[in-house]
Amino acid sequence: MDVIEINRLSKRYGQVRALDEVSLSVGRGELFGLIGPDGAGKTTLFRLLTTLISPDSGAATVEGLDIVHGYRRIRELVGYMPGRFSLYPDLTVEENLNFFAALFGTHVQDAYDLVAPIYRQIEPFKNRRAGKLSGGMKQKLALSCALIHRPSVLFLDEPTTGVDAVSRSEFWDMLAGLKAKDITMLVSTPYMDEAQRCDRIALCNEGRILGIDTPAGIVSRFDSRLYAVSAGNMFTLLQATRTFEGVDACYPFGSTHHIVAGGNFDAAALDGHLKADGLQDVRIAPCMPTIEDVFIKLMQR
Amino acid sequence: MKETAISIRELTKRFGDFTAVDRISFDVYKGEIFGFLGANGAGKTTAMRMLCGLSFPTSGSGTVAGFDVMREGEMIKRHIGYMSQRFSLYDDLTVMENIRLFAGIYNLTPYRTRRRAVELLSRLNFLGERHTLVGALPLGWKQKLAFSIATLHSPEIVFLDEPTGGVDPITRRQFWELIYEEANRGTTVFVTTHYMDEAEYCARVSIMVDGEVRALDTPAALKRQFATDSMDGVFRTIARGAKRAE
Amino acid sequence: MNTDIIPFIRKESLHILRDKRTLLIVLLQPAVMLLLFGFAISTEVNDVRVAAVAPHRTAGVTEAVNRVAHNPNFTFYGYIQQNEIDDVLRRGDVTAVVVFADDYDRAVMQAAQGYAVNPPIQIVVDASNTNIAGTASVYLQNILLGTASAQSLFETRLLYNPQMKSAYNFVPGIMGVIFMLVCAMMTSVSIVREKEVGTMEVLLVSPVRPTKIILAKMIPYFVISCVTLAIILLISRFVLDIPMSGGIGGIVFVSLIYLALALALGLLISTFARTQIAAWMVSAVVMLMPMIMLSGMLFPIENLPLVLQPLTCAVPARWYISAMRKMMIEGLPVGAAMTELAVLCFMLLAVLGFALKKFNDKLE
Repeated sequence: MDVIEINRLSKRYGQVRALDEVSLSVGRGELFGLIGPDGAGKTTLFRLLTTLISPDSGAATVEGLDIVHGYRRIRELVGYMPGRFSLYPDLTVEENLNFFAALFGTHVQDAYDLVAPIYRQIEPFKNRRAGKLSGGMKQKLALSCALIHRPSVLFLDEPTTGVDAVSRSEFWDMLAGLKAKDITMLVSTPYMDEAQRCDRIALCNEGRILGIDTPAGIVSRFDSRLYAVSAGNMFTLLQATRTFEGVDACYPFGSTHHIVAGGNFDAAALDGHLKADGLQDVRIAPCMPTIEDVFIKLMQR
Repeated sequence: MKETAISIRELTKRFGDFTAVDRISFDVYKGEIFGFLGANGAGKTTAMRMLCGLSFPTSGSGTVAGFDVMREGEMIKRHIGYMSQRFSLYDDLTVMENIRLFAGIYNLTPYRTRRRAVELLSRLNFLGERHTLVGALPLGWKQKLAFSIATLHSPEIVFLDEPTGGVDPITRRQFWELIYEEANRGTTVFVTTHYMDEAEYCARVSIMVDGEVRALDTPAALKRQFATDSMDGVFRTIARGAKRAE
Repeated sequence: MNTDIIPFIRKESLHILRDKRTLLIVLLQPAVMLLLFGFAISTEVNDVRVAAVAPHRTAGVTEAVNRVAHNPNFTFYGYIQQNEIDDVLRRGDVTAVVVFADDYDRAVMQAAQGYAVNPPIQIVVDASNTNIAGTASVYLQNILLGTASAQSLFETRLLYNPQMKSAYNFVPGIMGVIFMLVCAMMTSVSIVREKEVGTMEVLLVSPVRPTKIILAKMIPYFVISCVTLAIILLISRFVLDIPMSGGIGGIVFVSLIYLALALALGLLISTFARTQIAAWMVSAVVMLMPMIMLSGMLFPIENLPLVLQPLTCAVPARWYISAMRKMMIEGLPVGAAMTELAVLCFMLLAVLGFALKKFNDKLE
């Protein structure tokens, strides 16, 4: 049996289907990513799995315990880092950690080997109020607090939102370290580029799961040819490309636009067409799809 | 010689002993999409406040939309637009009420307000939603609307603070199309963000660390310079040595 | 899982101690309010000038006037003519005029023998300051009544508050409001803050029982309120000279019940308020205003419109203030406030039961 098993779980808030018949499972020691924008149902799923709310229909288990009937036991086993900063800003780093240890009836020393690699980075600031920490440090403290009772499953809801790129990268390194200790993790993020750090990902949108696979597996589902095109004037380029024959879709993608090519697409002809339109520095080259390209394609279905 | 929208030299802001922004200098050209990146606590917010006329620099010189950053904060505010992810529009007002409110803030004539409103709503395909409460719109729509309203008074420069956080990839692209269109019209777009894939959309980006601008170039040139294939790599190399953490 | 409650109380205490400004306000407010009401907004009768109109200066009239003249609170202005009354009052020379009837002595005599008579004395008061007017006229009546009834062998004394110091009456009112403010408002805001910041999610996901979280929240505020109670009682006794002859034990006991009730109300508010502002609004506006209006703190309950009078029964402060007036001011033992105590206990159980039922360990 997998650590987390979700079977056709649904949750509705008034007219909004926050979660619509979602099914997935996460194995022991897996780092599983829920990738999707706001409103995809990620937070609702976390709240269901951490037993904070009850489902309308469907079932789920965490460590074999039913989320409705076994919720007290689940609460002892899981660690949870909610989307918002969930520490006491007026307490110091150390006071926060001690309080969370007390919350689970344990002591900081009991989990020191697990927490130390993370906590050591913020220990020099242990007498600083948590509210005065930088985004990256807050995150490390929150993770330390979530680990204090040696949970076997960790739920992390958008832990990297609002944090700079260096801290985000460090954070994913820490999660990799926890994975090595056999902790099962479910992490959500709205950022596609973080998907690469997960073992498997689920692409979610509007309460539904669009696809579940390894990051490489997801990318391999992209079954069209993809080109990257750039030119001096990106806006004119976009309009000129969209109307060209054989272009299924064209959308901005960083410093280029991506072209999803149809069967009769001819790159050389497009190049000529764009130059004839007066565009300068036109470059067209085949490129590898990313998770974001797949996401866009799945959303359009 | 390209026309500049923002031109600052040695701009500095001190709070007591603490130098939040340390002699930054750069030019942003008219119609350019400029990315303004930095680690947490690098001084991005302070720098942006000075550029928006919300706070006066301690020393240095510069102009924003042709006005002196040292003296003409009020004039600057009138000639720029601003949109942040945190505050954009009033949820309890309808689309049209929000438009009228911001038109009033920027002193648009009733005629111009009507004309701009129709223009804006038809471009977004929003005409049918003009009496809908903004709170009832999906996040992506809100952000597109917020951007359009930030440019309602045809500002010379529009400042965007992490504009596309949390929206789905399709809406996000529609958002960037709006930005491209606006830039194509000659509006300068100044974007701050934590997200490096957002930086890739910019013509040029600057990266702030510990109050200083450490790098400024096109994303392609920066990637070449730091021998990496992503802006993420560039940023991490530059910001890794940051001493300051808020 | 049986976790110790001490770390929870320590954490709550830290929150309170870190917010020094709020703590200072909570501790200073009662003292400031007591002293303000006690002295500054004093409605005491002090050096009130009184004139008399008497067609015949009989022995009875002279005696009555002498009593007024010898009272330290009044200054006798002199005898005047009937047609001068308006002038002296308008000029502000006097605050009150006592008008004796022609047959004053006879009427007093007959009244003492049990006959019905026309009132032999009229008191004309300058009511531009209603507080002074009210107090002065009552006070004058009692002094004059004392004279008149001396002959009929009974004497009326002003019991409980013989000097009619208005500060006395305000003390229980202030206590009723302050405890509600500190306990209900601060408890509800502190619980709702955790909802707003997001820490409540983490607390709920932990195995700790909600009752423990709640208890740990209430204890520090209970302690603060006890300190406040001590401050109020000390000021009452030593600064305002309220004798509290009914026994301090009963006063403290009823107060503790009231404190617990206020805490429970705070908890109840926190179960339906989602934001700190909402919690604050509910405790301040929705609760405090009726409390001030309907508790008998400002306006005597008997003076309220009839439709409002039954409503006052639902206001906890009404019962508490009434009990405190009995015990602190009238000096009665706790036995005299049994009804009030019973109502407060009943309210405590009802509110606490309801709040605990509503405060579940889920987010919904």
